[in-house]
Amino acid sequence: MSISLPPANENTSNSLQPTGWLRFISFSLDHKVIGLQYLVCGFLFYLIGGVLAGAIRIELLSPISDFLARDVYNQVLTLHGTIMIFLWIVPVVNGAFGNYLIPFYVGARDMAFPRLNAVAFWMIPPAGLMLITSYFINGAAQSGWTAYPPLSITTPAAGQIVWIVSVLLLGGSSIFGGINFIATILKLRRPGLKLMQLPMYCWAMLGTSILVVLSTPVLAGTLILLSFDIVAHTGFFNPALGGNVIVYQHLFWFYSHPAVYIMVLPAFGLVSEILPVHCRKPLFGYTTMVYSIMGIVVLGLVVWAHHMFTSGTPPWMRLFFTIATSFIAVPTGIKFFNWVATLWGGRISLNSAILFSCGFIVNFVLGGITGVALAQVPFDIHVHDTYFVVAHFHYIVYGGSVFVIFSSIYHWYPKFTGKMLDEKLGIIHFALTFIGFNLCFAPQHWLGLNGMPRRVAEYDPQFTLVNQISSVGALLMAISTLPFLWNILYSFIKGEKAGNNPWQALTPEWLTTSPPPVENWPGEAPLVTKPYGYGANHSNENNPPITQA
Amino acid sequence: MLQKTAIYTISISLLIIVGGVWAVDNLNLLPVVASSNAPIYDELFKVLFVIGIILFVGITGLVIYSLIRFRKKPGQFGDGIAIEDNLPLEIFWTAVPAIVVLFVGLYSYDIYERMGGMQSLSTSSHDHHSINSEEKVWGGIGLTSQKLIGESSLPKINVDVTALQFAFLFNYPEGEIVSGELHVPRGHPVTLKMESKDVIHAFWVPEFRLKQDVIPGQPTVINFTPTKNGRYPIICAELCGPYHGGMRSTVVVEEPEEYQEWFKQNSKQPGMEL
Repeated sequence: MSISLPPANENTSNSLQPTGWLRFISFSLDHKVIGLQYLVCGFLFYLIGGVLAGAIRIELLSPISDFLARDVYNQVLTLHGTIMIFLWIVPVVNGAFGNYLIPFYVGARDMAFPRLNAVAFWMIPPAGLMLITSYFINGAAQSGWTAYPPLSITTPAAGQIVWIVSVLLLGGSSIFGGINFIATILKLRRPGLKLMQLPMYCWAMLGTSILVVLSTPVLAGTLILLSFDIVAHTGFFNPALGGNVIVYQHLFWFYSHPAVYIMVLPAFGLVSEILPVHCRKPLFGYTTMVYSIMGIVVLGLVVWAHHMFTSGTPPWMRLFFTIATSFIAVPTGIKFFNWVATLWGGRISLNSAILFSCGFIVNFVLGGITGVALAQVPFDIHVHDTYFVVAHFHYIVYGGSVFVIFSSIYHWYPKFTGKMLDEKLGIIHFALTFIGFNLCFAPQHWLGLNGMPRRVAEYDPQFTLVNQISSVGALLMAISTLPFLWNILYSFIKGEKAGNNPWQALTPEWLTTSPPPVENWPGEAPLVTKPYGYGANHSNENNPPITQA
Repeated sequence: MLQKTAIYTISISLLIIVGGVWAVDNLNLLPVVASSNAPIYDELFKVLFVIGIILFVGITGLVIYSLIRFRKKPGQFGDGIAIEDNLPLEIFWTAVPAIVVLFVGLYSYDIYERMGGMQSLSTSSHDHHSINSEEKVWGGIGLTSQKLIGESSLPKINVDVTALQFAFLFNYPEGEIVSGELHVPRGHPVTLKMESKDVIHAFWVPEFRLKQDVIPGQPTVINFTPTKNGRYPIICAELCGPYHGGMRSTVVVEEPEEYQEWFKQNSKQPGMEL
């Protein structure tokens, strides 16, 4: 791996880069191109994952297994989970927005390691394609995205091995990205810019990247051992050969619980950028926001066994993880109260970006509440591995992260393309998504409490009606994608010109052209020490506006 | 003004609490109560539900209220108020969730203890003939504590459970019975010692509010005392293969006399009784 030159001196290498649309399918070193590559690639995988979710919801329209073959159903749910986590949410909230925004926010011309950055992105499409094509060749993995042994050892090996290899590639990509973000945020800051002046998304990405770098290698090691068990018939996790299946679960969740924070902490950061701009108010409680991110990072590393309350977990361990998990509610709660306080007294433009952000707050609060409930061992013992958990984590990753991704697209699209998105279509998109999402997942809490386990193709007929309601919600979510897609494509061609800073935002990415040039600013990088300095020209009835902002 | 706000806040909060309590009592949110464990669970559920409703409705209400009240009206320009922070307020909303979480944690610890989660597993299973006291046994929650059911003289039922793709087998060592259905007498404490033949399964009876994974190479134990006659589903809750959704069985809770009858009819050792 070569160490790249400092970004400011990269004129020569950039001149060799393709220009125009070709940049987006090339090994570009420009962080903005790479960010958009992540975004578009992630969105395409999101559509595939969405089709798989549709197949699951069609199967669950009736209580018998009638739409997909049973083993295909398990492949579909495995692919759905893996794609949505590793190919959509993680790469988009980290890779896409991180690459696009972090260099702007620290006042740099590119990421610390541009080549590593391009390598990290280009590991994703092959890994994703390999994962999906495994379905058409020998059948995909069918042991769920958790791949618990011994099931993952006894199901057909080809699909499972492909799954392991692609998750290893995606994990590797994520680690490269994490190292790059840490180096960029800590080492490429513009002279004069202090850490406590950085936009909140930088802190979120710093925290997330620490989690990525600490925990992803554990997943990698675990999956390599699992692949030895499958291919070489070793016995690390195979009880028939003296292995221990519980050890796998500890190692897996040591990564996969922090993975939840890898999906939501960047989303927290993005919301913290979006709300102040459209509320015309400073982000409330900057300092406590920073500390709460770091609090979540530390606590997030010591809560993994709450996924294992019903497996082999001794009582003391159950109690420790109950308490540690519950306390994550405190720093998380601080962030939510701070966002509500940011809304309070603002001058809020009710646009698509703010609606999706507020939808995120509402959904995530519900997901957080059910999360605290699930952390309580006696509560979890009943609902673990049921649709209650399915509802809970979709409120976190869809109601949370995906709502924020949409909010961010509405917010930054003018910067990405120089064009505005259509607001009417955006609001239709929001309404359909919000209603569809809640219709799909809210009833699933009841299903879980009343006896429907997760990952089943057949269920007790008493749950038919509620499952059908849930599927109608899923259909609305699918339909909601259409106005969004149309908006994105149509606005790109015919959208209203955005100008450099349509939101009158103060963060540095808006202080350049839309789209920004290679190396971000024509001249020197601006020094933004107050990224949330709104409210300077506050006006009300008694106090007329100073300028027409 | 401040007084008025306080009155509004208090009355809205009371309404939410009353609404939450009403909802949890009147909506069928949970299945039938059929074990001594279940009423304790439902008590915890009720507390968590009401706290959850207060938080959810409160924050959602604040968000919607802010969006309406502070929306930018046509012709308005300029910014909102430049408030950056407020230390007392931030301390307040750090402390309140911390206290709530602490309360929930202590309360659920109490519930866990009442469910029998803290009792030593080697004690709870030490009279089970097939468990060597040195053998490592994990898992296990649920009441065998006799004082809670008030029928202290009732003997304990021991059943060995074998899970395999895609069925549960129930072996009653006293009568050499192997059954596909679990029969248990109402009011008697039951201990299941479970082991899997192949992959991980999970034993779940929603009406008992109990679940325990059944693990290959690692026995697990679950205790419960059924309290209501009926047939309840036993559901495998851990993905175990293509027929996972079909891996179900039934637990039959019946009067002790009916159970005796069933036991005698199926026992291979005539004369063996409880």
